[in-house]
Amino acid sequence: MTTITHLNERQFQAPERRVGEQIGADVAGPAADDVDSRSRFPREAIDALREAGMLGALIPVELGGLGLNLESVAESVTDLARHCSSAAMVYAMHQIQVACLVRHGDSDELRAFTRSVATEGLLLASATTELGIGGNVRTSSCAVQREGDRFTLQKQAPVISYGQYADAILATARRAPNSPPNDQVLVVCRKGGFGLEEKSTWDAMGFRGTCSLGFVLTAEGPATDILPVPYGEISSQTMLPVSHILWSSLWFGIASAAADKARRFVQAAARKNPDMTPPNAMRLSELTTVLQQFQDVVFAARARYSEISDNPEKTTSISFAIAMNSLKVSASTLVVDVVQRALLICGMAGYANKSPFTLARLLRDSYGAQLMVNNDRINANNAQLLLVSRGV
Amino acid sequence: MDAEIREVLASYGRLPMGVGALGRSDDLYRAGLTSHASVNVMLGLEDTFDIEFPDALLRKGTFESIVSIASALVSLGVEPAVHEQGTK
Ligand SMILES: Cc1cc2nc3c(=O)[nH]c(=O)nc-3n(C[C@@H](O)[C@H](O)[C@H](O)COP(=O)(O)OP(=O)(O)OC[C@H]3O[C@@H](n4cnc5c(N)ncnc54)[C@H](O)[C@@H]3O)c2cc1C
Repeated sequence: MTTITHLNERQFQAPERRVGEQIGADVAGPAADDVDSRSRFPREAIDALREAGMLGALIPVELGGLGLNLESVAESVTDLARHCSSAAMVYAMHQIQVACLVRHGDSDELRAFTRSVATEGLLLASATTELGIGGNVRTSSCAVQREGDRFTLQKQAPVISYGQYADAILATARRAPNSPPNDQVLVVCRKGGFGLEEKSTWDAMGFRGTCSLGFVLTAEGPATDILPVPYGEISSQTMLPVSHILWSSLWFGIASAAADKARRFVQAAARKNPDMTPPNAMRLSELTTVLQQFQDVVFAARARYSEISDNPEKTTSISFAIAMNSLKVSASTLVVDVVQRALLICGMAGYANKSPFTLARLLRDSYGAQLMVNNDRINANNAQLLLVSRGV
Repeated sequence: MDAEIREVLASYGRLPMGVGALGRSDDLYRAGLTSHASVNVMLGLEDTFDIEFPDALLRKGTFESIVSIASALVSLGVEPAVHEQGTK
Protein backbone atom coordinates (compact mmCIF):
# COMPACT_ATOMS: atom_id res chain seq x y z
CA MET A 1 0.00 0.00 0.00
CA THR A 2 1.12 3.55 -0.64
CA THR A 3 1.99 5.97 2.12
CA ILE A 4 -1.32 7.26 3.23
CA THR A 5 -0.59 8.24 6.77
CA HIS A 6 1.71 11.22 6.37
CA LEU A 7 0.09 13.91 8.45
CA ASN A 8 0.92 17.34 7.33
CA GLU A 9 1.84 19.57 10.26
CA ARG A 10 1.37 22.62 8.09
CA GLN A 11 -2.38 22.03 8.03
CA PHE A 12 -2.54 22.84 11.68
CA GLN A 13 -1.00 26.27 11.31
CA ALA A 14 -2.39 27.35 7.98
CA PRO A 15 -4.27 30.69 8.16
CA GLU A 16 -7.40 29.23 6.56
CA ARG A 17 -7.56 26.79 9.43
CA ARG A 18 -7.71 29.69 11.84
CA VAL A 19 -10.57 31.22 9.85
CA GLY A 20 -12.68 28.08 10.31
CA GLU A 21 -11.82 27.90 13.97
CA GLN A 22 -12.45 31.59 14.52
CA ILE A 23 -15.81 31.64 12.76
CA GLY A 24 -16.69 28.44 14.61
CA ALA A 25 -15.84 29.87 18.02
CA ASP A 26 -17.00 33.47 17.52
CA VAL A 27 -20.04 33.08 15.29
CA ALA A 28 -21.29 29.51 14.75
CA GLY A 29 -20.86 28.31 18.34
CA PRO A 30 -22.72 31.13 20.09
CA ALA A 31 -25.67 30.70 17.68
CA ALA A 32 -25.72 26.90 17.72
CA ASP A 33 -28.33 26.44 20.45
CA ASP A 34 -30.71 28.89 18.85
CA VAL A 35 -30.17 27.33 15.42
CA ASP A 36 -30.92 23.91 16.91
CA SER A 37 -33.91 24.84 19.04
CA ARG A 38 -35.61 26.86 16.30
CA SER A 39 -34.52 24.58 13.44
CA ARG A 40 -33.31 27.67 11.65
CA PHE A 41 -30.68 28.36 9.03
CA PRO A 42 -27.25 29.19 10.56
CA ARG A 43 -27.31 32.50 8.73
CA GLU A 44 -24.66 34.31 10.75
CA ALA A 45 -22.07 31.54 10.29
CA ILE A 46 -22.67 31.26 6.55
CA ASP A 47 -22.50 35.07 6.18
CA ALA A 48 -19.21 35.11 8.08
CA LEU A 49 -17.81 32.34 5.88
CA ARG A 50 -18.93 34.22 2.79
CA GLU A 51 -17.29 37.42 4.01
CA ALA A 52 -14.05 35.57 4.64
CA GLY A 53 -14.14 34.26 1.06
CA MET A 54 -14.52 30.73 2.40
CA LEU A 55 -17.43 29.85 0.09
CA GLY A 56 -14.87 30.06 -2.71
CA ALA A 57 -12.18 28.24 -0.74
CA LEU A 58 -11.79 25.38 -3.25
CA ILE A 59 -11.97 27.61 -6.30
CA PRO A 60 -8.62 28.36 -7.97
CA VAL A 61 -7.17 31.82 -7.44
CA GLU A 62 -7.41 32.53 -11.21
CA LEU A 63 -11.17 32.21 -10.85
CA GLY A 64 -11.35 34.48 -7.84
CA GLY A 65 -11.29 31.79 -5.14
CA LEU A 66 -8.87 31.12 -2.31
CA GLY A 67 -7.32 28.17 -4.15
CA LEU A 68 -7.19 25.96 -1.06
CA ASN A 69 -6.92 22.22 -1.27
CA LEU A 70 -9.52 19.77 -0.05
CA GLU A 71 -7.50 18.92 3.02
CA SER A 72 -7.57 22.42 4.38
CA VAL A 73 -11.26 22.76 3.62
CA ALA A 74 -11.82 19.48 5.46
CA GLU A 75 -9.93 20.95 8.42
CA SER A 76 -12.21 23.96 8.49
CA VAL A 77 -15.27 21.69 8.29
CA THR A 78 -13.99 19.85 11.38
CA ASP A 79 -13.42 23.16 13.16
CA LEU A 80 -16.88 24.45 12.42
CA ALA A 81 -18.45 21.14 13.43
CA ARG A 82 -16.86 21.42 16.85
CA HIS A 83 -19.11 24.43 17.39
CA CYS A 84 -22.19 23.88 15.19
CA SER A 85 -22.79 20.70 13.20
CA SER A 86 -25.51 22.32 11.10
CA ALA A 87 -23.37 25.25 9.99
CA ALA A 88 -20.58 22.80 9.22
CA MET A 89 -22.95 20.59 7.22
CA VAL A 90 -24.19 23.50 5.13
CA TYR A 91 -20.60 24.50 4.48
CA ALA A 92 -19.56 20.92 3.65
CA MET A 93 -22.48 20.33 1.28
CA HIS A 94 -21.71 23.61 -0.47
CA GLN A 95 -18.06 22.62 -0.89
CA ILE A 96 -19.03 19.23 -2.35
CA GLN A 97 -20.93 21.02 -5.12
CA VAL A 98 -18.07 23.47 -5.63
CA ALA A 99 -15.59 20.59 -5.95
CA CYS A 100 -17.75 19.08 -8.72
CA LEU A 101 -17.91 22.40 -10.56
CA VAL A 102 -14.18 23.01 -10.28
CA ARG A 103 -13.26 19.57 -11.59
CA HIS A 104 -16.01 18.95 -14.12
CA GLY A 105 -17.47 22.35 -15.07
CA ASP A 106 -15.09 22.71 -17.95
CA SER A 107 -16.80 25.15 -20.29
CA ASP A 108 -16.64 28.92 -20.64
CA GLU A 109 -20.15 29.34 -19.24
CA LEU A 110 -19.58 27.09 -16.21
CA ARG A 111 -16.18 28.61 -15.52
CA ALA A 112 -17.84 32.02 -15.48
CA PHE A 113 -20.42 30.66 -13.04
CA THR A 114 -17.70 29.16 -10.86
CA ARG A 115 -16.03 32.55 -10.80
CA SER A 116 -19.23 34.19 -9.61
CA VAL A 117 -19.55 31.56 -6.86
CA ALA A 118 -16.20 32.82 -5.60
CA THR A 119 -16.58 36.54 -6.20
CA GLU A 120 -20.23 36.91 -5.17
CA GLY A 121 -20.11 34.26 -2.46
CA LEU A 122 -22.95 32.20 -3.94
CA LEU A 123 -24.25 29.31 -1.83
CA LEU A 124 -24.81 25.99 -3.62
CA ALA A 125 -27.23 23.26 -2.54
CA SER A 126 -27.78 19.76 -3.86
CA ALA A 127 -30.75 17.72 -5.08
CA THR A 128 -29.58 14.19 -5.74
CA THR A 129 -32.15 12.19 -3.77
CA GLU A 130 -35.50 11.78 -5.49
CA LEU A 131 -38.91 10.55 -4.48
CA GLY A 132 -39.29 6.88 -5.36
CA ILE A 133 -35.59 6.09 -5.66
CA GLY A 134 -34.80 6.47 -1.96
CA GLY A 135 -31.16 7.11 -1.31
CA ASN A 136 -29.99 5.42 -4.51
CA VAL A 137 -28.49 8.55 -5.96
CA ARG A 138 -27.07 6.84 -9.03
CA THR A 139 -30.51 6.67 -10.61
CA SER A 140 -32.98 9.39 -11.46
CA SER A 141 -36.54 9.27 -12.63
CA CYS A 142 -36.86 12.93 -13.61
CA ALA A 143 -35.31 13.96 -16.90
CA VAL A 144 -33.94 17.08 -18.49
CA GLN A 145 -36.07 18.38 -21.36
CA ARG A 146 -34.16 20.33 -23.97
CA GLU A 147 -35.68 22.81 -26.32
CA GLY A 148 -33.13 24.46 -28.56
CA ASP A 149 -30.46 25.89 -26.30
CA ARG A 150 -32.64 25.85 -23.16
CA PHE A 151 -33.51 23.14 -20.64
CA THR A 152 -36.38 22.58 -18.26
CA LEU A 153 -36.50 20.18 -15.33
CA GLN A 154 -38.94 19.13 -12.65
CA LYS A 155 -37.79 17.01 -9.72
CA GLN A 156 -39.63 15.66 -6.67
CA ALA A 157 -36.92 16.08 -4.07
CA PRO A 158 -37.66 14.67 -0.61
CA VAL A 159 -34.73 16.63 0.86
CA ILE A 160 -32.90 19.71 -0.36
CA SER A 161 -30.97 21.09 2.57
CA TYR A 162 -31.16 24.90 2.83
CA GLY A 163 -32.77 24.95 -0.65
CA GLN A 164 -34.64 28.18 0.05
CA TYR A 165 -31.37 29.92 1.03
CA ALA A 166 -29.36 28.68 -1.94
CA ASP A 167 -28.25 30.73 -4.92
CA ALA A 168 -28.06 27.61 -7.08
CA ILE A 169 -29.05 23.98 -6.72
CA LEU A 170 -27.10 21.24 -8.45
CA ALA A 171 -29.60 18.55 -9.39
CA THR A 172 -29.22 15.10 -10.91
CA ALA A 173 -31.59 14.03 -13.67
CA ARG A 174 -31.71 11.64 -16.58
CA ARG A 175 -29.96 13.03 -19.65
CA ALA A 176 -33.18 12.98 -21.72
CA PRO A 177 -36.74 11.71 -21.37
CA ASN A 178 -35.82 8.48 -23.19
CA SER A 179 -32.62 7.80 -21.17
CA PRO A 180 -32.35 4.88 -18.74
CA PRO A 181 -32.40 5.74 -15.00
CA ASN A 182 -28.63 5.67 -14.56
CA ASP A 183 -27.75 7.82 -17.58
CA GLN A 184 -27.64 10.96 -15.47
CA VAL A 185 -26.40 14.48 -15.82
CA LEU A 186 -25.77 17.17 -13.22
CA VAL A 187 -27.59 20.43 -13.84
CA VAL A 188 -26.89 23.82 -12.32
CA CYS A 189 -30.26 25.37 -11.46
CA ARG A 190 -29.67 29.05 -10.84
CA LYS A 191 -31.61 31.43 -8.66
CA GLY A 192 -34.10 33.20 -10.84
CA GLY A 193 -34.38 30.07 -12.97
CA PHE A 194 -35.67 27.71 -10.29
CA GLY A 195 -38.77 27.50 -8.15
CA LEU A 196 -39.30 25.50 -4.97
CA GLU A 197 -42.68 24.26 -3.83
CA GLU A 198 -42.48 23.09 -0.22
CA LYS A 199 -43.69 19.53 0.25
CA SER A 200 -42.58 18.81 3.80
CA THR A 201 -41.31 20.67 6.82
CA TRP A 202 -38.06 20.06 8.68
CA ASP A 203 -38.44 19.28 12.35
CA ALA A 204 -35.93 16.49 12.78
CA MET A 205 -33.87 14.87 15.48
CA GLY A 206 -30.57 16.44 14.50
CA PHE A 207 -28.87 18.68 11.94
CA ARG A 208 -31.85 20.87 12.54
CA GLY A 209 -30.19 23.96 11.12
CA THR A 210 -29.73 22.37 7.71
CA CYS A 211 -33.42 23.10 6.96
CA SER A 212 -33.69 19.95 4.86
CA LEU A 213 -37.22 20.39 3.57
CA GLY A 214 -38.84 18.39 0.79
CA PHE A 215 -39.60 20.32 -2.40
CA VAL A 216 -40.78 20.06 -5.92
CA LEU A 217 -37.95 21.70 -7.79
CA THR A 218 -38.77 23.28 -11.14
CA ALA A 219 -35.95 24.78 -13.10
CA GLU A 220 -35.14 26.21 -16.45
CA GLY A 221 -32.03 27.75 -17.92
CA PRO A 222 -29.48 27.64 -20.71
CA ALA A 223 -28.47 24.12 -21.79
CA THR A 224 -24.88 25.15 -21.04
CA ASP A 225 -25.78 24.82 -17.35
CA ILE A 226 -25.86 21.04 -17.80
CA LEU A 227 -22.40 19.75 -16.86
CA PRO A 228 -20.72 18.34 -19.96
CA VAL A 229 -19.60 15.00 -18.45
CA PRO A 230 -21.86 12.11 -17.41
CA TYR A 231 -22.87 12.25 -13.74
CA GLY A 232 -21.45 8.74 -13.23
CA GLU A 233 -17.98 10.17 -13.76
CA ILE A 234 -18.62 13.18 -11.56
CA SER A 235 -19.93 10.88 -8.85
CA SER A 236 -17.06 8.40 -8.74
CA GLN A 237 -14.26 10.90 -9.35
CA THR A 238 -15.46 13.74 -7.18
CA MET A 239 -18.87 13.86 -5.56
CA LEU A 240 -18.68 10.57 -3.72
CA PRO A 241 -15.12 10.81 -2.39
CA VAL A 242 -15.42 14.50 -1.53
CA SER A 243 -18.76 13.93 0.24
CA HIS A 244 -17.41 11.11 2.30
CA ILE A 245 -14.22 12.97 3.13
CA LEU A 246 -15.98 16.18 4.16
CA TRP A 247 -18.77 14.39 6.00
CA SER A 248 -16.35 12.21 7.94
CA SER A 249 -14.28 15.29 8.78
CA LEU A 250 -17.46 16.88 10.05
CA TRP A 251 -18.45 13.87 12.14
CA PHE A 252 -14.94 13.84 13.53
CA GLY A 253 -15.54 17.43 14.65
CA ILE A 254 -18.73 16.36 16.47
CA ALA A 255 -16.84 13.50 18.12
CA SER A 256 -13.98 15.72 19.22
CA ALA A 257 -16.40 18.29 20.67
CA ALA A 258 -18.00 15.51 22.73
CA ALA A 259 -14.61 14.17 23.74
CA ASP A 260 -13.62 17.65 24.82
CA LYS A 261 -16.60 17.88 27.15
CA ALA A 262 -15.78 14.49 28.60
CA ARG A 263 -12.17 15.49 29.15
CA ARG A 264 -13.13 18.73 30.87
CA PHE A 265 -15.62 16.86 33.03
CA VAL A 266 -13.04 14.34 34.18
CA GLN A 267 -10.44 17.06 34.75
CA ALA A 268 -12.91 19.06 36.86
CA ALA A 269 -13.49 15.99 39.01
CA ALA A 270 -9.74 15.41 39.32
CA ARG A 271 -9.18 18.97 40.49
CA LYS A 272 -11.62 18.48 43.34
CA ASN A 273 -9.73 15.48 44.57
CA PRO A 274 -6.16 15.50 43.25
CA ASP A 275 -5.21 12.47 45.35
CA MET A 276 -7.27 10.06 43.38
CA THR A 277 -7.61 9.41 39.64
CA PRO A 278 -11.37 9.68 39.02
CA PRO A 279 -12.93 6.41 37.91
CA ASN A 280 -14.15 8.09 34.73
CA ALA A 281 -10.58 8.72 33.64
CA MET A 282 -10.46 5.10 32.54
CA ARG A 283 -13.46 5.62 30.29
CA LEU A 284 -11.83 8.77 28.97
CA SER A 285 -8.76 6.79 28.09
CA GLU A 286 -10.90 4.28 26.18
CA LEU A 287 -12.76 7.09 24.44
CA THR A 288 -9.48 8.67 23.40
CA THR A 289 -8.37 5.43 21.77
CA VAL A 290 -11.52 5.39 19.63
CA LEU A 291 -11.20 9.09 18.84
CA GLN A 292 -7.61 8.55 17.72
CA GLN A 293 -8.71 5.68 15.51
CA PHE A 294 -11.40 7.94 14.04
CA GLN A 295 -8.91 10.71 13.34
CA ASP A 296 -6.51 8.31 11.65
CA VAL A 297 -9.24 6.93 9.40
CA VAL A 298 -10.27 10.44 8.37
CA PHE A 299 -6.76 11.76 7.81
CA ALA A 300 -5.68 8.68 5.90
CA ALA A 301 -8.68 8.95 3.57
CA ARG A 302 -7.90 12.59 2.84
CA ALA A 303 -4.33 11.73 1.98
CA ARG A 304 -5.40 8.74 -0.11
CA TYR A 305 -7.71 10.89 -2.20
CA SER A 306 -5.41 13.87 -2.57
CA GLU A 307 -2.75 11.55 -3.93
CA ILE A 308 -4.94 10.25 -6.75
CA SER A 309 -7.64 12.89 -7.22
CA ASP A 310 -6.27 13.94 -10.63
CA ASN A 311 -6.10 10.39 -11.88
CA PRO A 312 -9.49 9.17 -13.16
CA GLU A 313 -8.06 5.68 -13.76
CA LYS A 314 -7.56 5.38 -10.02
CA THR A 315 -10.59 7.27 -8.75
CA THR A 316 -12.91 5.10 -10.84
CA SER A 317 -11.34 1.86 -9.66
CA ILE A 318 -13.29 -0.65 -7.63
CA SER A 319 -10.76 -0.66 -4.81
CA PHE A 320 -11.05 3.11 -4.38
CA ALA A 321 -14.85 2.93 -4.34
CA ILE A 322 -14.66 0.27 -1.65
CA ALA A 323 -12.24 2.41 0.38
CA MET A 324 -14.45 5.51 0.21
CA ASN A 325 -17.56 3.51 1.08
CA SER A 326 -15.74 2.00 4.04
CA LEU A 327 -14.67 5.45 5.21
CA LYS A 328 -18.30 6.56 5.32
CA VAL A 329 -19.46 3.50 7.22
CA SER A 330 -16.61 3.68 9.77
CA ALA A 331 -16.85 7.40 10.38
CA SER A 332 -20.62 7.45 10.69
CA THR A 333 -20.61 4.70 13.29
CA LEU A 334 -17.53 5.93 15.16
CA VAL A 335 -19.14 9.31 15.74
CA VAL A 336 -22.04 7.74 17.63
CA ASP A 337 -19.63 5.52 19.55
CA VAL A 338 -17.54 8.47 20.73
CA VAL A 339 -20.49 10.68 21.67
CA GLN A 340 -22.08 7.84 23.59
CA ARG A 341 -18.86 7.22 25.49
CA ALA A 342 -18.72 10.92 26.35
CA LEU A 343 -22.29 10.71 27.60
CA LEU A 344 -21.43 7.86 29.95
CA ILE A 345 -18.46 9.82 31.25
CA CYS A 346 -20.42 13.01 31.90
CA GLY A 347 -23.44 11.13 33.25
CA MET A 348 -26.39 13.27 34.24
CA ALA A 349 -24.44 16.43 33.45
CA GLY A 350 -24.30 15.23 29.86
CA TYR A 351 -27.89 14.04 29.81
CA ALA A 352 -29.29 17.35 31.07
CA ASN A 353 -30.30 19.79 28.37
CA LYS A 354 -29.12 22.82 30.30
CA SER A 355 -25.64 22.12 31.61
CA PRO A 356 -22.18 23.06 30.42
CA PHE A 357 -21.61 19.36 29.71
CA THR A 358 -24.85 18.68 27.84
CA LEU A 359 -24.42 16.24 24.96
CA ALA A 360 -28.01 16.31 23.71
CA ARG A 361 -27.38 18.19 20.48
CA LEU A 362 -24.20 16.33 19.63
CA LEU A 363 -25.85 12.96 20.26
CA ARG A 364 -28.86 13.84 18.11
CA ASP A 365 -26.67 15.20 15.32
CA SER A 366 -24.40 12.17 15.38
CA TYR A 367 -27.26 9.81 14.52
CA GLY A 368 -27.82 11.56 11.18
CA ALA A 369 -24.54 10.21 9.89
CA GLN A 370 -25.63 6.62 9.36
CA LEU A 371 -28.81 7.65 7.55
CA MET A 372 -27.33 10.22 5.28
CA VAL A 373 -27.05 7.77 2.41
CA ASN A 374 -28.01 4.79 4.50
CA ASN A 375 -25.16 2.57 5.65
CA ASP A 376 -27.17 -0.50 4.63
CA ARG A 377 -27.19 0.80 1.10
CA ILE A 378 -23.46 1.47 1.20
CA ASN A 379 -22.68 -1.91 2.69
CA ALA A 380 -24.86 -3.57 0.05
CA ASN A 381 -22.84 -1.76 -2.64
CA ASN A 382 -19.58 -2.83 -1.10
CA ALA A 383 -20.83 -6.40 -0.80
CA GLN A 384 -21.41 -6.39 -4.55
CA LEU A 385 -18.06 -4.77 -5.34
CA LEU A 386 -16.22 -7.22 -3.12
CA LEU A 387 -17.36 -10.07 -5.35
CA VAL A 388 -14.79 -8.94 -7.88
CA SER A 389 -12.31 -7.10 -5.67
CA ARG A 390 -8.70 -8.27 -5.71
CA GLY A 391 -7.92 -6.94 -2.27
CA VAL A 392 -6.06 -3.78 -1.37
CA MET B 1 -15.89 -12.99 -29.13
CA ASP B 2 -18.51 -10.26 -29.66
CA ALA B 3 -21.30 -12.81 -29.67
CA GLU B 4 -20.21 -14.19 -26.31
CA ILE B 5 -19.84 -10.71 -24.85
CA ARG B 6 -23.33 -9.86 -26.05
CA GLU B 7 -24.65 -13.05 -24.51
CA VAL B 8 -23.13 -12.16 -21.14
CA LEU B 9 -24.51 -8.61 -21.44
CA ALA B 10 -27.95 -10.00 -22.25
CA SER B 11 -27.88 -12.32 -19.25
CA TYR B 12 -26.43 -9.99 -16.64
CA GLY B 13 -26.40 -6.41 -17.95
CA ARG B 14 -30.06 -5.67 -17.18
CA LEU B 15 -30.17 -3.19 -20.04
CA PRO B 16 -33.58 -1.64 -20.70
CA MET B 17 -33.16 -1.97 -24.48
CA GLY B 18 -32.18 -5.23 -26.12
CA VAL B 19 -28.48 -5.97 -26.48
CA GLY B 20 -29.06 -6.52 -30.21
CA ALA B 21 -29.70 -2.83 -30.68
CA LEU B 22 -26.27 -1.91 -29.31
CA GLY B 23 -23.41 -0.85 -31.53
CA ARG B 24 -19.94 -2.14 -30.69
CA SER B 25 -18.76 1.19 -29.41
CA ASP B 26 -22.00 2.41 -27.84
CA ASP B 27 -21.56 3.61 -24.27
CA LEU B 28 -22.99 0.83 -22.11
CA TYR B 29 -23.49 3.09 -19.12
CA ARG B 30 -25.57 5.47 -21.21
CA ALA B 31 -27.50 2.42 -22.38
CA GLY B 32 -28.42 1.72 -18.76
CA LEU B 33 -25.62 -0.46 -17.39
CA THR B 34 -25.45 0.24 -13.65
CA SER B 35 -22.28 -0.28 -11.65
CA HIS B 36 -24.13 -3.03 -9.81
CA ALA B 37 -24.90 -4.84 -13.07
CA SER B 38 -21.40 -4.24 -14.41
CA VAL B 39 -20.05 -6.32 -11.54
CA ASN B 40 -22.35 -9.17 -12.59
CA VAL B 41 -21.28 -8.77 -16.22
CA MET B 42 -17.69 -8.99 -15.12
CA LEU B 43 -18.35 -12.18 -13.18
CA GLY B 44 -20.16 -13.59 -16.24
CA LEU B 45 -17.23 -12.74 -18.50
CA GLU B 46 -14.75 -14.36 -16.11
CA ASP B 47 -16.80 -17.52 -16.17
CA THR B 48 -17.41 -17.53 -19.94
CA PHE B 49 -13.81 -16.87 -20.94
CA ASP B 50 -12.23 -18.61 -17.96
CA ILE B 51 -10.11 -15.60 -17.06
CA GLU B 52 -9.68 -13.29 -14.09
CA PHE B 53 -9.63 -9.53 -14.51
CA PRO B 54 -6.54 -8.11 -12.80
CA ASP B 55 -6.75 -5.13 -10.48
CA ALA B 56 -5.65 -2.71 -13.18
CA LEU B 57 -8.71 -3.54 -15.29
CA LEU B 58 -11.15 -3.18 -12.41
CA ARG B 59 -12.51 0.19 -13.39
CA LYS B 60 -15.46 1.68 -15.17
CA GLY B 61 -13.63 2.24 -18.44
CA THR B 62 -13.16 -1.48 -18.98
CA PHE B 63 -16.91 -2.01 -19.28
CA GLU B 64 -17.74 1.12 -21.21
CA SER B 65 -18.50 -0.61 -24.52
CA ILE B 66 -18.33 -3.95 -26.28
CA VAL B 67 -15.11 -2.75 -27.92
CA SER B 68 -13.50 -1.91 -24.57
CA ILE B 69 -14.56 -5.24 -23.09
CA ALA B 70 -13.18 -7.06 -26.15
CA SER B 71 -9.86 -5.27 -25.94
CA ALA B 72 -9.60 -6.02 -22.23
CA LEU B 73 -10.25 -9.69 -23.00
CA VAL B 74 -7.62 -9.67 -25.76
CA SER B 75 -5.14 -8.13 -23.32
CA LEU B 76 -5.86 -11.08 -21.06
CA GLY B 77 -4.97 -13.55 -23.81
CA VAL B 78 -8.44 -14.35 -25.13
CA GLU B 79 -8.14 -15.04 -28.87
CA PRO B 80 -10.42 -12.84 -30.96
CA ALA B 81 -12.37 -15.05 -33.40
CA VAL B 82 -10.79 -14.91 -36.85
CA HIS B 83 -13.82 -13.49 -38.66
CA GLU B 84 -13.94 -10.58 -36.24
CA GLN B 85 -10.39 -9.47 -36.81
CA GLY B 86 -10.22 -6.31 -38.82
CA THR B 87 -13.54 -4.97 -37.57
CA LYS B 88 -11.81 -3.25 -34.69
C1 LIG C 1 -29.32 15.98 7.53
C2 LIG C 1 -29.54 15.44 6.17
C3 LIG C 1 -29.45 16.28 5.09
C4 LIG C 1 -29.67 15.82 3.79
N1 LIG C 1 -29.57 16.70 2.75
C5 LIG C 1 -29.77 16.28 1.47
C6 LIG C 1 -29.68 17.19 0.38
O1 LIG C 1 -29.41 18.37 0.55
N2 LIG C 1 -29.91 16.73 -0.86
C7 LIG C 1 -30.21 15.43 -1.10
O2 LIG C 1 -30.39 15.07 -2.26
N3 LIG C 1 -30.32 14.55 -0.09
C8 LIG C 1 -30.09 14.94 1.20
N4 LIG C 1 -30.21 14.05 2.25
C9 LIG C 1 -30.93 12.80 1.99
C10 LIG C 1 -30.16 11.68 1.53
O3 LIG C 1 -28.85 11.91 1.81
C11 LIG C 1 -30.71 10.46 2.21
O4 LIG C 1 -29.69 9.55 2.27
C12 LIG C 1 -31.80 9.75 1.47
O5 LIG C 1 -32.91 10.53 1.26
C13 LIG C 1 -32.14 8.52 2.23
O6 LIG C 1 -33.47 8.50 2.69
P1 LIG C 1 -34.10 7.19 3.33
O7 LIG C 1 -33.43 6.93 4.63
O8 LIG C 1 -35.57 7.35 3.34
O9 LIG C 1 -33.84 6.09 2.23
P2 LIG C 1 -33.07 4.75 2.06
O10 LIG C 1 -31.66 4.95 1.74
O11 LIG C 1 -33.86 4.08 1.04
O12 LIG C 1 -33.16 3.98 3.43
C14 LIG C 1 -34.36 3.62 4.08
C15 LIG C 1 -34.30 2.21 4.62
O13 LIG C 1 -34.30 1.28 3.54
C16 LIG C 1 -33.26 0.37 3.63
N5 LIG C 1 -32.72 0.17 2.26
C17 LIG C 1 -33.20 0.76 1.16
N6 LIG C 1 -32.55 0.36 0.08
C18 LIG C 1 -31.61 -0.48 0.46
C19 LIG C 1 -30.61 -1.20 -0.23
N7 LIG C 1 -30.43 -1.14 -1.53
N8 LIG C 1 -29.82 -1.96 0.51
C20 LIG C 1 -29.99 -2.04 1.82
N9 LIG C 1 -30.91 -1.37 2.50
C21 LIG C 1 -31.72 -0.60 1.84
C22 LIG C 1 -32.26 1.00 4.57
O14 LIG C 1 -31.67 0.02 5.34
C23 LIG C 1 -33.09 1.88 5.46
O15 LIG C 1 -33.48 1.17 6.58
C24 LIG C 1 -29.99 14.47 3.57
C25 LIG C 1 -30.09 13.62 4.66
C26 LIG C 1 -29.86 14.06 5.95
C27 LIG C 1 -29.95 13.11 7.09
